[in-house]
Amino acid sequence: MHVKMIVNGKEYESEIEPRLLLVHFIRDELGLTGTHWGCDTSNCGTCVLWMDGIPVKSCTVLAAMANGRVIRTVEDLETGGQLDPVQQGFMEMHGLQCGFCTPGMMMTARWLLDHNSNPSETEIREAISGQFCRCTGYENIVRAIRWASEHQDASAESTKVGEVVA
Amino acid sequence: MQVPASVDYERATSLSHAIELLERHGPEARIVAGGHSLLPMMKLRLIQPEVLIDINDLSELSYIKIEGNELRIGAMARHAELLSSPLVGEHFPIIVEAEKVIADPIVRNRGTVGGSLCQADPSEDLSAVFSALKAKLVIQGSHGSRTVDATSFHDGPYSTVVSSDEILIEVKIPIRPGCGCAYEKVERRVGDWAIAAVGAAVYIEAGVIHDAGIGLTAVGSEHFNAPEAEAYLAGKSPSPELISEAARLAAENCHPSADQRGPEDYKRHLVQVLTERALTTSVERATRGGF
Repeated sequence: MHVKMIVNGKEYESEIEPRLLLVHFIRDELGLTGTHWGCDTSNCGTCVLWMDGIPVKSCTVLAAMANGRVIRTVEDLETGGQLDPVQQGFMEMHGLQCGFCTPGMMMTARWLLDHNSNPSETEIREAISGQFCRCTGYENIVRAIRWASEHQDASAESTKVGEVVA
Repeated sequence: MQVPASVDYERATSLSHAIELLERHGPEARIVAGGHSLLPMMKLRLIQPEVLIDINDLSELSYIKIEGNELRIGAMARHAELLSSPLVGEHFPIIVEAEKVIADPIVRNRGTVGGSLCQADPSEDLSAVFSALKAKLVIQGSHGSRTVDATSFHDGPYSTVVSSDEILIEVKIPIRPGCGCAYEKVERRVGDWAIAAVGAAVYIEAGVIHDAGIGLTAVGSEHFNAPEAEAYLAGKSPSPELISEAARLAAENCHPSADQRGPEDYKRHLVQVLTERALTTSVERATRGGF
């Protein structure tokens, strides 16, 4: 079947099998490999992206169901060479080690901060409770999201993409 | 890599279109709403529909409202919407308590009330909630709609009375005076299916329980209820002893089976403890102070 959707502000069209999962469409058809493919059972949350402004687990959505919808992936967080405060927070607070869960964590964090600019630690932990991290014990992820909430205007001072961090 | 078997896809644009598609494609078609129960089962090839009929565009089924003395929930209301609805929180804390422990926040963004009910997993939480609240479920076909009690909606594990050319459209919950309700669930880890869970609702007037509902899930109660315990409570004044006996009856009459979530006696024990807790909280809420 033919699908058309807007991903990170750009329109894409493709012929797909209806059984194709959205995560594979995004990664394999569009080459946007920032969205990770993890447990495949809607448990781990590394495949979280936004569909029509709502975070969803893209391993449990068919690409066909995303036809005509608006998708936002982790690649869209950085704009004009400036990291999103959430990305900056993960860097500042060492919010990742292996990095596998990070794209999903950041997409959920961005959505949380868009709807609650000053979340408590409990609210942050609740928001990411559908996502697994096997490295950090979550402490630094929570700190990273707190950092982002305290530096929402940090884009001006944030690290430029590609800049070497001393 | 888990991939569903080949399937055709149709997107319904209205309720009548959805029913027309169901009639056209026959019993091998399945409605997909949030897809968070159906797609995992398709990936495991436990279900292999020939056609999926996507009803996510049916905004007409996406509401939570009060009409007359009923709370009405459209089948496409998402779990997250139920959880954040002030109307639901005001009238039915049992729903909020259940929703908080259904899957996780991201899954709740997508999963729907109607989808959960129609998937009819024997460990599903809302079935127990709606049983306890004595809700009515509205099922639509091309020749009109019919209403069934939540307690007669299921006709076996993963099976409901909704026929292949019908669609569940609405849940209607009576708002009655003197109501107190609560939900108690024990799970292995956050977001898992219940090892056992109990929902309770009591309706107390002039110090007497004139009606009670007890919903059970994951413990082999085909209709997600505990009729013996409900009957025992009706017409009596609430007391700790009364609640203990009702909890004992609920545990005695359910049919849990041993699985990876625990042995039978443990689940039966949970039913007793959770029924006691849910009833105690319900009475407190109904009377704003307890016994």
